[in-house]
Amino acid sequence: MSEAAYNFAYLDEATKRMIRRALLKGLAIPGYQVPFASREMPMPYGWGTGGVQVTAACLTPEDCLKVIDQGADDTTNAVSIRKFFERTAGVATTEHTAEASVIQTRHRIPEQALTEGQILVYQVPIPEPLRFLEPRESETRRMHALEEYGLMHVKLYEDIARHGAIATSYAYPVKVEGRYVMDPSPIPKFDNPKLGGNAAIQLFGAGREQRIYALPPYTQVVSLDFEDHPFEPSKADHDCDLCGAAQSYLDEVITDDRGGRMFICSDTDFCASRRADGLRGRLSPEEAA
Amino acid sequence: MMGSHMTFPAETPPLATPETPLLRVEGLGKFYGARIGCADVCFDLFPGEVLGIVGESGSGKSTLLSCLAGFLEADAGRVLYRGRDIRAMAEPERRMLSRTEWAFVHQNPRDGLRMGVSAGGNVGERLMAVGARNYGSIRDTATDWLGRVEIAPERIDDRPRQFSGGMQQRLQIARNLVTGPRLVFMDEPTGGLDVSVQARLLDLLRGLVRDMGLSVIIVTHDLAVARLLADRLMVMKDGHVIEQGLTDQVLDDPQAAYTQLLVSSVLQV
Amino acid sequence: MYVATKGGERAIEAAHQWLAEARRGDPAVPELSIAQIREQMTLAVNRVMAEGSLYDPDLAALAIKQARGDLIEAIFLIRAYRTTLPRFGGALPVETDEMAVTRRISATFKDVPGGQVLGPTFDYTHRLLDFALMADGDAPQAARKPAETQPVPHILQLLDRDGLMEPLTQGEATPPDLTREPLEMPADRPLRLQALARGDEGFVLSMAYSTQRGYGRTHAFVGELRIGTCAVEMEIPELGFAVEIGEIELTECETVNQFTGSKTEPAQFTRGYGLVMGQSERKAISMSLVDRALRWDELGEENTGAPAQDAEFVLYHCDNIQATGFLEHIKLPHYVDFQSELELIRKLRRDAGAETCKEAAE
Repeated sequence: MSEAAYNFAYLDEATKRMIRRALLKGLAIPGYQVPFASREMPMPYGWGTGGVQVTAACLTPEDCLKVIDQGADDTTNAVSIRKFFERTAGVATTEHTAEASVIQTRHRIPEQALTEGQILVYQVPIPEPLRFLEPRESETRRMHALEEYGLMHVKLYEDIARHGAIATSYAYPVKVEGRYVMDPSPIPKFDNPKLGGNAAIQLFGAGREQRIYALPPYTQVVSLDFEDHPFEPSKADHDCDLCGAAQSYLDEVITDDRGGRMFICSDTDFCASRRADGLRGRLSPEEAA
Repeated sequence: MMGSHMTFPAETPPLATPETPLLRVEGLGKFYGARIGCADVCFDLFPGEVLGIVGESGSGKSTLLSCLAGFLEADAGRVLYRGRDIRAMAEPERRMLSRTEWAFVHQNPRDGLRMGVSAGGNVGERLMAVGARNYGSIRDTATDWLGRVEIAPERIDDRPRQFSGGMQQRLQIARNLVTGPRLVFMDEPTGGLDVSVQARLLDLLRGLVRDMGLSVIIVTHDLAVARLLADRLMVMKDGHVIEQGLTDQVLDDPQAAYTQLLVSSVLQV
Repeated sequence: MYVATKGGERAIEAAHQWLAEARRGDPAVPELSIAQIREQMTLAVNRVMAEGSLYDPDLAALAIKQARGDLIEAIFLIRAYRTTLPRFGGALPVETDEMAVTRRISATFKDVPGGQVLGPTFDYTHRLLDFALMADGDAPQAARKPAETQPVPHILQLLDRDGLMEPLTQGEATPPDLTREPLEMPADRPLRLQALARGDEGFVLSMAYSTQRGYGRTHAFVGELRIGTCAVEMEIPELGFAVEIGEIELTECETVNQFTGSKTEPAQFTRGYGLVMGQSERKAISMSLVDRALRWDELGEENTGAPAQDAEFVLYHCDNIQATGFLEHIKLPHYVDFQSELELIRKLRRDAGAETCKEAAE
């Protein structure tokens, strides 16, 4: 079957309308999980079907799309999803954060601050922050409705009692506008501070779990913690070995089997732009003359 | 540390005084089809008072307790807590009550504890549920409460599984009393424990009830427990209250034939 | 010197070419045709249609070919295709009473109006490899008999007439559509049946088996199992009446289960129901057992905590496309989450080390 047989951005207009309605509801109630009738997509559940559906519902022919996975534009799943929209929507794509009007991401928030008018779409595997404390959906929905979040803090308490620190490093739960506890998707907690007060619209899509939620621009988002054990965004204690950035999230790369390793920006666009500006790190290759 | 939206209730009703009841139950009934769970139950509970509900299994005493605590939806009557009908309350308000001003001690500590969570976490949960956000002070309070229920403070990070039955029950009591409730429901709190362990627990409970000025509704089939803890007794049979009065009066001079039977068969021990 | 891995796009391209080559296998062996798969791998085709929720034997055969015989992958292909199809409307409920049966058995009565029909079944075959199939042979021919013309009533109706069966309740006119609305709990019976009908055969089988072994036991008898074709009719608004638009093969199972009843109501048998597209009796029987186990609440039974009684557990985990996608997604890169875990565990170990040093110094 040729691509022409599919509607713009793959989904039919009725489905897009259904998703947009869920998105609007989500934006109206920040942090609340809106059930939506997730469709079967031509990619597996768990591989970004929620994000893809949200992106498909948001895209217009004038949009410029960026897709990242683990912060990188060239990871296989990012390539695959970008390709999907190139084929089915024919929209322009980019690797530059600033140029994109829609960014679909898995596990990261770009380093470069987003601006008004941009949309960041997260792929979400398990939208329910209480899921591993209470497996029953009917019960977790009730807990949200009644704002019964004591159990969430019990988990953090147990972490500190056992490990001396809160032992959650990614998918770190947040409270939105003092009301809903929300799972920010498996971003590292380093990225949590960027969730709140962000100029961009942030949309979260969980395809298999059939949930959409959202953060409108400049929403208050607080990472859960204790007064005497405050939330700490953390990263590897290094600078990027390629561009020298001190404040970006780093991937650890094993370079040999004798314990050799280097640290490089997980946000490939951020790193490449810095290098293009002439910034250098500890292990930057010498300039080819 | 409670958020302003978490205080109960919004408008302050008159505090219960020795003259006005904390809990007033009027014509409470629960039916399972044609079968009666309990019917026409009426009583007042005053601040600081301990009411025992006794009867054989199947007499409706546990059904009554579940209706009072809001676990079961009653079919008739009113339950007025500080003047407000809890059956007419919205669920969020009722749930808030049950984790602040009310407490429930289950017969089986497994039903009232989180078995996968440390003793400290178990005691701290109610504090965190109403907004406590300081780890150090939560832990201090938990340590204090473990001491009050005679659990060594160094066991604070152990899980309830590692505790004996008596310790589990004491932990459940600490977990319930930590937020200073006014009204405590107890369902056979000493059931399933050895006699010597029972005695120690009863002693502890009596002390806590007195020191904290708690109002308690305790369901038990054990008249010895009732005599030790309860100021007043209610005897139930087939879902109906057949006799009520001061504990000593009911046990020493039972009026109803059924109560006489109940007393004579047990209290000789 | 380290160079970040690039060329994900080329790698994907090459992998897909390799896949295509591997799918074809040895070119010296003749290629399978869709018709061959459709005609000779019929039960695989049926399973793909049932769990893919699309009745189209040719497309199911194509999917099996494309998926190299991986049935869950084939189901996935069909589901992804199905979701893009326009919907013209809904058919009228099929009348399984009027099914042209190829198989129809009852375990509860020896002789029944309409008779027992074994049909093309594996039952009573001895499971011995038939090496003759390794060689080309003539197409086998079964004995012929003229088709029965008399109606084949549902056996449970006979019990129903005597008031021994729980009455069938009339549900809402239009059942909810699982593929158009999110699955929300509690799910009513039409929704549960829908989820089970497209649920994974292996999962539903194991759930049903667990009820037989005591995890939510319901004492099921196969009241009737029937396989055959049914007409599909649809109201055409322009015409104002229903016309037959085709026929599909279905497998239907009705179980007779342990009874309910109380002092006031006399005892009655209860029902479990299974309906699956194509010939798929293992699935249909399993489905009816699980359906019955999930009805514990409405029938006033005790919840024993058995997995098959737990609607959330069963419905949220029976879909193999959801399950396989999520399971396999852990192959995707997780560098970022893993990195944050690495940092955390290093920090915790460092803090613990500092603590130990301090204690040693004191």
